[in-house]
Amino acid sequence: MGEWPLYEVFVRSKRGLNHVHVGSLHAADDEAALRNARDVYTRRNEGVSIWVVRSDAITASSPDEKDSLFDPSGDKVYRHPTFYTIPGSVPHL
Amino acid sequence: MPGQADHQAHFDEVIARHDRIEPRDWMPDAYRRTLVRQIAQHAHSEIIGMQPEGNWISRAPSLRRKAILLAKVQDEAGHGLYLYSAAETLGVSRDDLVAMLLSGKQKYSSIFNYPTLSYADVGTIGWLVDGAAICNQVPLCRTSYGPYGRAMIRICKEESFHQRQGYELLMTMMRGTPEQRDMVQESVNRFWWPSLMMFGPPDESSPNTERSMAWGIKRNSNDDLRQKFVDMTVPQAQALGVSLPDPSLTWNADRGQHDFGQPDWDELFAVIRGDGPCNTQRLAHRRRAHEDGAWVREAASAFAAQEEPGHG
Repeated sequence: MGEWPLYEVFVRSKRGLNHVHVGSLHAADDEAALRNARDVYTRRNEGVSIWVVRSDAITASSPDEKDSLFDPSGDKVYRHPTFYTIPGSVPHL
Repeated sequence: MPGQADHQAHFDEVIARHDRIEPRDWMPDAYRRTLVRQIAQHAHSEIIGMQPEGNWISRAPSLRRKAILLAKVQDEAGHGLYLYSAAETLGVSRDDLVAMLLSGKQKYSSIFNYPTLSYADVGTIGWLVDGAAICNQVPLCRTSYGPYGRAMIRICKEESFHQRQGYELLMTMMRGTPEQRDMVQESVNRFWWPSLMMFGPPDESSPNTERSMAWGIKRNSNDDLRQKFVDMTVPQAQALGVSLPDPSLTWNADRGQHDFGQPDWDELFAVIRGDGPCNTQRLAHRRRAHEDGAWVREAASAFAAQEEPGHG
């Protein structure tokens, strides 16, 4: 019997907030992963909703391509509101 | 592609600014090996740590105490699972980790090789053993490896419940009969020195400490944490009305800290070698539980295969 697949667990801590990654676990199938996640990660009202997804279904960026992936936004300072000089006398801007 | 020297420079820079290393980052092999060993040992300790207290679940003195103890032992299982999943982000498999515990190839904390002889031990373990664990673990929330630090944050939140339920249990017994007070004192006498040993050998004979601190895996030395634990515990013992079994334990006004005696380090090394009072029993129990659970794992796999053919 091979090792059960690894699942990543995401929990919404309360309504109005995003699901956040909290850890991982092994389970035989999706339904069991959800049950296990409930026992492992929400024993104290930590969440109102859980997502589980098989780890091998996730495509992630690689740290090696950090420069090519994220640098292009570094030279676009005009995307930030502080790029624009507005006289202090102008209200609500 | 960046070369080895670039990788090392980037790693060193992240460590120097006290930032975190994440699973897919390049890291030195020795850093990875050290983390796998430390996190796995920590996970195994949580799993084996269920046994000394689990021993008392069926004989808890009230439904209230039984519910508390069940919740606590369940937490220990949860802590083991958080830590195994953190270790797995370093590229080891869960099956290999479990196999290394069962074969004795990887260790667990020596404190769990001591027996629990009375119900007072449930309280003492919460107060002293979990108290020492908290001293060790709070700085690990800031450890340099991201998944390990995040697991420790979850664990530390729950350990606070463990320590407080233990102390409250002891307070209740200290308000009881003279026999109950004697039980508490006898339990504290047995667990005091093994609790001090939980911080590991003295700094001068802890060869890995310096490197682990340079890598930001450990944030404090063994002796510093032991001192902190003693200073925290002395007033708690006074409030409880028990004595700590160390004749050389005194307040040193010059240092602003307590002076205290050294545990019997030969005993610690003997327990680590496998010669503690319960080593054989703890591993035998863990192996039996693993084998007895095989049918559950097989049934879950068979069910999954039926529900989702070709998936799982």
